[in-house]
Amino acid sequence: FTCKANVLITTHHAHRFTGANFKCCIYCWVTDEEKQYVGFATLPNQVHRKSVKKGFDFTLMVAGESGMGKSTLVNSLFLTDLYKDRKLLNAEERINQTVEIIKHTVDIEEKGVKLKLTIVDTPGFGDAVNNNECWKPITDYIDQQFEQYFRDESGLNRKNIQDNRVHCCLYFIPPFGHGLRPVDVEFMKALHEKVNIIPLIAKADCLTPNEIKKLKDRIREEIDKFGIKVYQFPECDSDEDEEFKQLDKELKECTPFAVIGSNTVVEARGQRVRGRLYPWGIVEVENQSHCDFVKLRNMLIRSHMHDLKDVTCDVHYENYRAQCIQEMTSKLAQDNRMESPIPILPLSTPDVDTEKLIKMKDEELKRMQEMLNKMQQQMHDKEQ
Amino acid sequence: MAATDVDVFSNEEKRNLSLGGHVGFDSLPEQLVSKSVTQGFCFNILCVGETGIGKSTLMNTLFNTMFENEEASHYQNGVYLRPRTYDLQETNVRLKLTIVDTVGFGDQINKEDSYKPIVDYIDTQFENYLQEELKIKRSLFNYHDTRIHICLYFIAPTGHSLKSLDLVTMKKLDSKVNIIPIIAKADTISKSELHKFKIKIMSELVSNGVQIYQFPTDDETVSEINASMNAHLPFAVVGSVEEVKVGNKAVRARQYPWGVVQVENESHCDFVKLREMLIRVNMEDLREQTHARHYELYRRCKLEEMGFKDTDPDSEPFSLQETYEAKRKEFLGDLQRKEEEMRQMFVNKVKETEAELKDKERELHEKFEQLKRMHQEEKKKVEDKRGYLEEEMNAFNKRKAAAETLSLSQPVKKDKDKKNRSVNMENQSGVSASSSKVMMAKANVEPLNCQSWWQAIQCCTCLVHNATWRPGGLF
Repeated sequence: FTCKANVLITTHHAHRFTGANFKCCIYCWVTDEEKQYVGFATLPNQVHRKSVKKGFDFTLMVAGESGMGKSTLVNSLFLTDLYKDRKLLNAEERINQTVEIIKHTVDIEEKGVKLKLTIVDTPGFGDAVNNNECWKPITDYIDQQFEQYFRDESGLNRKNIQDNRVHCCLYFIPPFGHGLRPVDVEFMKALHEKVNIIPLIAKADCLTPNEIKKLKDRIREEIDKFGIKVYQFPECDSDEDEEFKQLDKELKECTPFAVIGSNTVVEARGQRVRGRLYPWGIVEVENQSHCDFVKLRNMLIRSHMHDLKDVTCDVHYENYRAQCIQEMTSKLAQDNRMESPIPILPLSTPDVDTEKLIKMKDEELKRMQEMLNKMQQQMHDKEQ
Repeated sequence: MAATDVDVFSNEEKRNLSLGGHVGFDSLPEQLVSKSVTQGFCFNILCVGETGIGKSTLMNTLFNTMFENEEASHYQNGVYLRPRTYDLQETNVRLKLTIVDTVGFGDQINKEDSYKPIVDYIDTQFENYLQEELKIKRSLFNYHDTRIHICLYFIAPTGHSLKSLDLVTMKKLDSKVNIIPIIAKADTISKSELHKFKIKIMSELVSNGVQIYQFPTDDETVSEINASMNAHLPFAVVGSVEEVKVGNKAVRARQYPWGVVQVENESHCDFVKLREMLIRVNMEDLREQTHARHYELYRRCKLEEMGFKDTDPDSEPFSLQETYEAKRKEFLGDLQRKEEEMRQMFVNKVKETEAELKDKERELHEKFEQLKRMHQEEKKKVEDKRGYLEEEMNAFNKRKAAAETLSLSQPVKKDKDKKNRSVNMENQSGVSASSSKVMMAKANVEPLNCQSWWQAIQCCTCLVHNATWRPGGLF
């Protein structure tokens, strides 16, 4: 539509940020109602313009056993093929496999908005026969990114800080079981205070709607029971309209999302859609009655991407930073205590023999002191 | 009574005779069949797979019965085997079916020992049978055979390959039991993916030397179907006990929003193939293989362990009985020796502890005595000191008294006070001893409000000067 200043408004110069009453763009200062106003209502537009120029970045981690469809889902989410020449290991090679961290970075653009997307993959998680502490490489990686950012932030030149912190972790729960397994619980408990965890039910096309509901209830129950803090959607503002609130409520009740991914395009109902072709029917990835893929995409990309980044910066990173500083100060305090008036003794704990000797000598000293006092007293008395 | 030696002429040539008429021994198979039908059949299935993969559902589907089963939890400490025996009947054939479930398989974080309970269970069943076979009075006829005839290994439908746990477990089991690998919950794999998946699994099994059960192809009647089935391994199955209306029939199926997966539809899954092979065609062969191959292998290993050998052409044939007895004696002797040792050790330990206790007791006694002595000494010292102090006090008091009387009676009797250095009296006016008594008396009658004894003495002197006194009286 053309605004009052006769400038053609495209969605670039969107007006939706200024609220219901104003319809203005960055070029015209005239409102619909021709009211007198100051003009800072264009601030959202300015923010919009600057951010488009700057570009965004987002780091997404995917974790889960191999064969859960992680790569397929990522490809479906971002409609690209990130895993072109991947080599999968044999069962024999996986018996003693360790977890690796692999980063794929892509620059994608949509309607002028640039996104630098980093996908952190964790091949080998849960694949070995002995999976004790298989999440350690993952927690170490996340901590490393925090530490890197902390250092950069405390540095002198802060112009071009690269933010490699992990903003979100999608955890894939296998649909074959009756709920969470011990390795799922341990992984989430190790990570829930370092990163936003979004649990997903993978390969949901092996569950009927009833089974999905049962499994979701069971998983939610177990998450509560074990005290796992997964990512919570923020409450919507009270002045949003009812429809939005209803959608938000439905979204929250749908967690954990049961997803299906696909790398192939099939023909269904006269359209070409992403889906899986079976002898008994076609599963459409973007069909809301088939799976929660659309909900996940909307939540992750269309509405809550920035909130995920905010929570990472404001909560998880701050926690890490506070902890780091506390450790540093407590170490300093310890070091300060060491510099007391007594000349610095060797810091190694003295062995038992010397300690005994010291004790004996102390006691002797005390005894002699006492005797001295007694004698002094006696002399004093005698003089009297 | 020993049998008499009979000359045996072994006729190397066997002659084929043709019969002149119908003798009737062609009914032998029927006789065998009717005997076994009256006896009843026995079949034992072991299901190995992770929790929730669909083992119980598949059993229910296969045998078209609802075997009671609660949902297993994921939080078991280890792997447990849970055997359940059921009596089924179809037409006039009775089947004693035992289904053994692996509870907790694949749930632990460290799965290195997961295969052990399974191997132990299989070995125990073999051992029981062996024991029964070796008994003197045995009844194999009535024996309830619990040896596992078939192990269905449930593979998770990841679409990539076998899991590391699957490979490790199947390698441990392939020499002990017939394994048929099946792909569980196969309605999550599309046809093309399934084809690739099957090829990958079979190649992994072959390259790692895992011997799965091959359907027998030596019997012409079933060789063709068996051979084709061998090519379809592993079977991709779907299980369901719920019925869904398809067309105008109610079939066992799973209802999805995008379609209905029919269990018995061959284009949907391999369930029908599995049922054919497992139950309708090769059940008896499975039992035979278990007995002739796996059990015999176990038996041979076990007996070799115990020290038996097969008959050598050079040496005397070993009698199982004799060797058994000899081994038994040896073991008993060992046992007795061990018992003796333990008893000896126990006696020694008791002696040692007694000696230690005695020592400790003695020490304590000594300490006590020592402390007592010290205490006595201290007491004595204190008493001495006390006595000394008292003496001093007395002496002091005496001197004090002496000094006072002296200062009261005579002004210049310092010499008497020579002893009494501590009581340094500076009164020059001495008072005589007798007069001091009077003074004292007076002082006692009239309380003097003086602050110190020096003042008191002064007052007394005043009194003396003031008062008039006559011997024998006081006013």
